[in-house]
Amino acid sequence: MPSEFRLILKYADEPGYTPGMECYLRHGGYEALRKGLALQPKSLPDGKTQTGPEQIRDEVMKSGLRGRGGAGFSAGLKWSFVDRKSGKPIYLICNADESEPGTFKDRQILHKDPHQLVEGMILSCFANDVHLAYIYIRGEMPQGARLLNQALAEARAKGFLGRNILGSGYDLEIHVHRGAGAYICGEETGLIESLEGKRPYPRIKPPYFPAVLGLYMCPTIVNNVETLCVVKHVVAMGGSEYARLGTPNNTGTRIVSISGHVKKPGYYEIEVGKVTIGQLIGDPAFGGGLRDGRKLKAVIPGGSSAKVFKAGERFKLKRKGPDGKDAEKEVEMLDLPYDFDSLIAAGSMSGSGAIIVLDDSTDIVEVLANISEFYAHESCGQCTPCREGSLWMSKALHRLTHGEGRKQDADYLVKIADNIPGGRTICAFGEACSWPVQSFVAKFRDEFVARGLADEAGRAGRARAAGSTPEMKLAAGPESVCV
Amino acid sequence: MTPSQTIAAPPPDKIKVKVDGREVEVPRTVPDPITGKPIPTTMIQACAAANVDVPHYCYHPKLPVAGNCRMCLVEFGTPALGPDRRLVMNPDGTPKMAKSPRPAIACATPISPGMEIYTSTPAVKQMREGVLEFLLINHPLDCPICDEAGECKLQEYSVEYGKAESRFIEPKVHKPKAVDLGPRIVLDDERCILCTRCIRFTRDIAGDDALGIVNRGSYSTLTAYPGRQFDNNYTLNTVDICPVGALTSKDFRFQMRVWFLKETRSICTSCATGCNITVGSREGRIYRYEPRENDAVNACWMCDYGRLNYKWIHREDRLTQVQSPKSRVQGRPATWAGALAEISELLARAPQGSVAIIASARQTNEELYLLKKLADKLGAATDSIPRSGEGDRLLLNADRNPNAQGARLTGICSADMGGRIAEMARAIEKGAVRTLVVFGEDVVKHGLGAGLLGKLETLIVSDILPNETTKLAHYLLPGCAHVEKRGTFTNAKGRVQKFMKAIEPRGDARPEWEFLHELVSRVTGQQGDANLEGLFNRMAKEVPAFNGLAWAGLGNTGVTVSL
Ligand SMILES: Cc1cc2nc3c(=O)[nH]c(=O)nc-3n(C[C@H](O)[C@H](O)[C@H](O)COP(=O)(O)O)c2cc1C
Ligand code: SF4
Ligand code: SF4
Ligand code: SF4
Ligand code: FES
Repeated sequence: MPSEFRLILKYADEPGYTPGMECYLRHGGYEALRKGLALQPKSLPDGKTQTGPEQIRDEVMKSGLRGRGGAGFSAGLKWSFVDRKSGKPIYLICNADESEPGTFKDRQILHKDPHQLVEGMILSCFANDVHLAYIYIRGEMPQGARLLNQALAEARAKGFLGRNILGSGYDLEIHVHRGAGAYICGEETGLIESLEGKRPYPRIKPPYFPAVLGLYMCPTIVNNVETLCVVKHVVAMGGSEYARLGTPNNTGTRIVSISGHVKKPGYYEIEVGKVTIGQLIGDPAFGGGLRDGRKLKAVIPGGSSAKVFKAGERFKLKRKGPDGKDAEKEVEMLDLPYDFDSLIAAGSMSGSGAIIVLDDSTDIVEVLANISEFYAHESCGQCTPCREGSLWMSKALHRLTHGEGRKQDADYLVKIADNIPGGRTICAFGEACSWPVQSFVAKFRDEFVARGLADEAGRAGRARAAGSTPEMKLAAGPESVCV
Repeated sequence: MTPSQTIAAPPPDKIKVKVDGREVEVPRTVPDPITGKPIPTTMIQACAAANVDVPHYCYHPKLPVAGNCRMCLVEFGTPALGPDRRLVMNPDGTPKMAKSPRPAIACATPISPGMEIYTSTPAVKQMREGVLEFLLINHPLDCPICDEAGECKLQEYSVEYGKAESRFIEPKVHKPKAVDLGPRIVLDDERCILCTRCIRFTRDIAGDDALGIVNRGSYSTLTAYPGRQFDNNYTLNTVDICPVGALTSKDFRFQMRVWFLKETRSICTSCATGCNITVGSREGRIYRYEPRENDAVNACWMCDYGRLNYKWIHREDRLTQVQSPKSRVQGRPATWAGALAEISELLARAPQGSVAIIASARQTNEELYLLKKLADKLGAATDSIPRSGEGDRLLLNADRNPNAQGARLTGICSADMGGRIAEMARAIEKGAVRTLVVFGEDVVKHGLGAGLLGKLETLIVSDILPNETTKLAHYLLPGCAHVEKRGTFTNAKGRVQKFMKAIEPRGDARPEWEFLHELVSRVTGQQGDANLEGLFNRMAKEVPAFNGLAWAGLGNTGVTVSL
């Protein structure tokens, strides 16, 4: 029987568990911090000595921890890229902008267990010689910001933050910065610009890799809320021990947000790769199945920007067999283990860990129109393909869902979408806005063509009745003013 | 290519790369356009070195890189490394290339040794087509009434790299038109392609963070900071660098189609910086000044004050007639031949020391040199008039004379320009100086009042526009604006720069160097050079500071001499 495995959310939903310091301490809080700060220099077999911070970085590498923000990039590797010789301060930023539609996991931590994040951050900062860190929290989470500020004040009062933390000689300050309501502020370099007080225009890479030229042009680490919480557990239990959770290369636990047409939408923490998509949707421990009498139509497996899966899709995946050799295996979509690598191999991604379930009552064209409208609204507008392409696609879909479609609109949409991703844009938003269009139209082409044909027939019918030639009215689009 | 060639390491400060199959060796670093610190050379610079044009909108060599237009996307490969971190070789001995699965923007991507850049693959062409299509979907396509037509990169690239038709059938995004951005600039937001060149220029070069973008996505709109005018002394440079017709100059818009303009290389005369400019003229009329690139002087920029300071050239009251005492009595103009004959006779007869000369530091080196020759022959005291205003940290010099250094180097004045004027006034007062020659200065305003000038036996004045001094002149010789003649100026830093003639002089006016040459020849009895090249070269021999210079050697951007 698959079940949740709660590591990060172990206490969060326990009755009586509160976000305050006292409760956190009662549940063993800040013990990992004490352990981390007390680490003594260790001599290695090669004669070198490893400092405490280096040991933590090593443990994080060993843990196999992959970023929980979207890209699934190795946290240990990211930390290893940090330019430690520049003579400039190193900054750490917690990305708490959680804005990808369908995603509501970071806010569970922020609202229910903010000290876990603070502890994870202090350890991560200590490991990376950071003395000033920021939590960038999305503007729509005022309660989260309040709780975080309270947690930071409590941590300061207890000597976990500030000067000479727990007598270790280590100083650290953490500030909370609230966003003003833009999805693109979740993109790490857009976030950095925003934190610097500018428009959140993502930066070009090269040259502005955060590890070298980040906040205020200093080396900077940006990690997701959940990623930073994991660091606390890695320090507490050891990297290798953490790596035993989950599956190889997809270690640990992950909080999955399940939304849409399931009986029990919500967040569920699982061991990565130990539960399939089908189980997450159907098992009573998770989504609890579709609404009665409904059939599955599609699954968006990693937040709204992930490529959609169609019910019944099958994938050929390369798997290591018991003999250690690569073997190809055909897998039904619902049997895909929910992890980083399998979903990439199946042509999509686990992204922000958000599963959106669509049953057969869904109008797939409307869904795409809705998603596209979001991305057209959120494109920062800096680079040409995304700026122009995102609104173009949205306008076409608006037309298609307002009786003004054409049979060729399916191809029209894909051709627009094809000109956006693949390194043509400054940031991965280009992919985020075009992948849904590419995948929805590819997998549900008939529905898009049918909608266009129906619109054409409708216009022709109305024109016949009025004795004129059919004409398309071009509505102003999903929105004509944007703030 | 032999393997040894491919493995041979170039000098440490150089990198070898291939652009579309052609090998070029380029510097590893180039100076940052703002700080001057070395930064890695980028693909677009390597392509330029290989004479391969990469189309671009947002990239500008003198601005920080933005990388937003995506027009410069190229494909590339780097030498493949084996598991041993060593080059993998092809059977023919060349290094095997690992082609990048993703394209890169040439304007921001540093080159690396052995890199191959591919700028015209089908994928690259397709990406450019895509970007152009995107840029055009919301564009108003109003080229027939756009001032930029003929200079527009959107027009140009659409023809060269675009597709004939657009698939776009949606309603366009509408944005503000004819926005009054500031006293000299009008913005058409619908034409703006959001390349941010203007924003970066005014923030990073002019130091005035006045422009920005509001709204998001396709509704992004360029604007001046709310409640503020776009008004600094450098705003018009944004019109030059705007790749489309979004920013237009109030002074120039709708005046003239750019393809009708004749372009002449010239120098701005409004301060001692000597910004290099291109004069746009048609049928004897000046329509605009634009900066001309000269990294030793003004990079690609000029100030608004200098740029717009040309209207006076077409003033109705320009001096166009030669006057002499006789002609004044007769009420008709004198002839050049008659006036010059009388003046030279008069000067030749004048006792040593009885003549004084006030030249202008707006005159050319050649003219000042001729006046100095004349002065030497006559034992005449010389000086000129300082002219100053407020300078800034970018280009505008507090010294508003274009050729103050020329006046010093030719010996017309001392380091303390104007320091001898008071002494001259005393000499006139005493009757020691009885003839005064004035070029291009209203000396009445500078210590030689009308009463004093009335004591002179002869006042010989050359100028372009009438003033109190020209009114009192016995001989009046109409001169030329610099756009009406050729010559050289020496800027504040000692750069000797030449300018060419754009339009014909007005009426009987003649270039000062021309008639000064005649006058000097007659007074000294030495045959000088009747052409400007010869005159310059002779000056270069005789004036120590200019030794070694030659007209032909000045090129288009001048030569610096030590001061
Ligand atoms: C358009 C866009 C939006 C993003 N939004 C978020 C976000 O809301 N929260 C987040 O943690 N990461 C977001 N990311 C990913 C971040 O850029 C970055 O990779 C992440 O914060 C790194 O943390 P991690 O390595 O711990 O995952 C976004 C990326 C893109 C391209
Ligand atoms: S891809 Fe989109 S969101 Fe990202 S920088 Fe370009 S315009 Fe902005
Ligand atoms: S006004 Fe011109 S220079 Fe400025 S952003 Fe628009 S297109 Fe670029
Ligand atoms: S800085 Fe001086 S030389 Fe340059 S344009 Fe302005 S006035 Fe002319
Ligand atoms: S010129 Fe390179 S992105 Fe614009």
